[in-house]
Amino acid sequence: MKIPFSYSLRNLWTRRLTTSLTVGGMALVVFVFAAVLMLAEGLQKTLVDTGSDDNVVVTRKSAGSEVQSAIDRVQASIIETQPGIAVDADGRRMVAKEIVVLIALPKKSTNKPSNVVIRGIGEKSLELRRQVKISEGRMPVSGSTEIIIGKSIAKRFKSGKVGEILRFGLRDWRIVGIFDAGNTGFSSEVWGDADILMQTFRRQAYSSIIFRLQNPTEFEVIKQKIESDPRLTLEVRKETKYYRDQSEMMAKFLRILGISLTIIFSLGAVIGAMITMYAAVANRIAEIGTLRALGFRRRNILAAFVMESLFLGLIGGIAGLIFASFLQFYTISTMNWATFSELAFSFELSPHIVLKSILFSLIMGLTGGMLPAIRASRMNIVEALRGE
Amino acid sequence: MHVLKLIFRNSLRHKLRTILTVLGVTIAILSFGLLRTVISAWYAGVEASSASRLVTRNAVSLTFPLPLSYKEKIRQIEGVKSVSYGSWFGGIYIDEKNFFANYALEAEHYLDIYPEFIIPPEQKEAFLRDRKSAVAGKKLADKYGWKIGDIITLKGTIYPGNWEFVLKAIYKGRDNTVDETAFFFHWAYLNEIVKKIAPQRADQVGWYMVEVKNPDHAAEVAVRIDQAFKNSLAETLTETEKAFQLGFISMTEAIVIAIKLVSFVVIFIIMAVVANTMAMTARERIGEYAVFKTLGFGGFHISGLIFGESIVITMTGTVIGMVLTFPVAKVFASELSTYFPIFIIEPETLYMDIAAGLIVALMAGIFPAWRAIKISIADGLRRIG
Repeated sequence: MKIPFSYSLRNLWTRRLTTSLTVGGMALVVFVFAAVLMLAEGLQKTLVDTGSDDNVVVTRKSAGSEVQSAIDRVQASIIETQPGIAVDADGRRMVAKEIVVLIALPKKSTNKPSNVVIRGIGEKSLELRRQVKISEGRMPVSGSTEIIIGKSIAKRFKSGKVGEILRFGLRDWRIVGIFDAGNTGFSSEVWGDADILMQTFRRQAYSSIIFRLQNPTEFEVIKQKIESDPRLTLEVRKETKYYRDQSEMMAKFLRILGISLTIIFSLGAVIGAMITMYAAVANRIAEIGTLRALGFRRRNILAAFVMESLFLGLIGGIAGLIFASFLQFYTISTMNWATFSELAFSFELSPHIVLKSILFSLIMGLTGGMLPAIRASRMNIVEALRGE
Repeated sequence: MHVLKLIFRNSLRHKLRTILTVLGVTIAILSFGLLRTVISAWYAGVEASSASRLVTRNAVSLTFPLPLSYKEKIRQIEGVKSVSYGSWFGGIYIDEKNFFANYALEAEHYLDIYPEFIIPPEQKEAFLRDRKSAVAGKKLADKYGWKIGDIITLKGTIYPGNWEFVLKAIYKGRDNTVDETAFFFHWAYLNEIVKKIAPQRADQVGWYMVEVKNPDHAAEVAVRIDQAFKNSLAETLTETEKAFQLGFISMTEAIVIAIKLVSFVVIFIIMAVVANTMAMTARERIGEYAVFKTLGFGGFHISGLIFGESIVITMTGTVIGMVLTFPVAKVFASELSTYFPIFIIEPETLYMDIAAGLIVALMAGIFPAWRAIKISIADGLRRIG
């Protein structure tokens, strides 16, 4: 016969203060655990969403990112004329030669300069990025010193309104629009005309070439063709892979930091649960004796106490997750180590993380409760009844 | 005296519980200390910077170079003692995960401006004489087992190709705040090759390192340098080395803040655990407290007993945690030298450990003490366990 569920629940309720303190400790651990995973998830989602699967990025060989890359005009025109590039309704090739440089702009909150990616775009750049929409104003006229800025830039940096002037590279640049690229890296960029920017920064070379594949399955063929061309020293990557590579180092750092932290923290919470459960057992020796005398078996006692500590863990896990879910309203910006520029991203709660956190809290409860529960179940009936 | 004895005896009444709580506090203080050390490691570059050094770079951003011709112009500016320059090389040693800082320097003056890099005179001589030679920090050389005379190949990310250098010198830091994981070589060698492979990028430097005559006038000198190049094709931005380093950190500020927050969360977690222990202890002894009250002891003595026990337990854990921080930090320092070249426990961290321990002890005692004082004698005596 099983000891009813409510026995475990009621017991937690009777010792409210102790229960809530133990749950509080566990909730904090789960909170940290979930927060770090959400951060890594948010970062990766931001960078991976930035790429599209049928777009291809060409950079100079062994340049990790567009910022370090350089492709001169001759090489660029060779790429441009490759077969296998998609064409639009008007018969024009879906290819954009872009230049990416970093500029320092002052932030709104601290007034300290922070690095921002400024991307010189071609005619097709916007079309190649399906996720980018102009949310305010218009596109810059090509060949002019007009720029558009991403919505994260508009929010976090000074002079982020349509009609305002930004000054860099000895020129005044008028903001004519703000674009919304959702939760992608583009939202943290400034876009302007590629050729004007090249002149301004006295660059002879483009940074990267982006093109849409006519047939996504032909990627390997095109990659092979470009990378083995002796005139070119270039590297070809799918856009999704390009951005995944960028997020790897940071996401890995966050995960390692997060996992090692939570393991240490969970030791503290497990100890808390253990103290609580040992006390729960010690206080109820006579009760346990009575239960045994009534005919409940050792394993029933074990189950009841394990259940109780699992409950502790579960409540802690749920409380921690509730707190963590509020983090989703919070956007943080930090330096992307791959490009040395600012990147804004938010905490992302995925079902996967919910599952992991709950599982984690149950494991904490179980490890904390197992030893005390075993002690309870091993008790001798006569001694336990005499105990009080 | 008797009170102290009672407190110690009390804390040993539930040996298992006390041991577990002490263990919890130990872990918490240990991780708190390590997190704090991570934060100070983050700021290590700022701490190590000198007030008499200025960094001049392109005003657009760090990725833009400055012409080599600026060197003479900067040297003539009033208040400047000496000028050197360098470029970030960003080479990869065998694999991307073997990251270390590597740059090209105009070595002669640079080493004078950086007296904290200590190189044996004969090695320095050998390095300065050979254009293809390089210098590595001691920790870096130890990590990869490099010896003087070894050939080291770096794969360039900014400057394409494989670059070979002969290790001619190994530098040590003047004290333990100096980064010993850097790698540098002659800028002239870099420029020579760049002239061949990408002539339009030759004769350009990443930054100028300027030593000022009087650190008190550093700000004015910085303004003078920037004014000299105002409205030129490459405007400059000059700031003290400290501000330059802080600029890097402010970009990763979010991570530093997160680590700071987390270091406090661990204190809160342990606060809950200790408070739990104290609450249970006090509840079990309510009857005893009632007896104390009957004997005429006031709230002062009773709360003294509770707080005393809380402090004994927490402080035992704190001290063990503090002692353990040192060996653990040592392991961390060698494992994470890629991310944190400098990983030292600062005295400040230890003070914070003690403060955290005391706060936890006091917070944990408040509620049980309040309950013990408030309960009436009759109620207390009636209550069983």
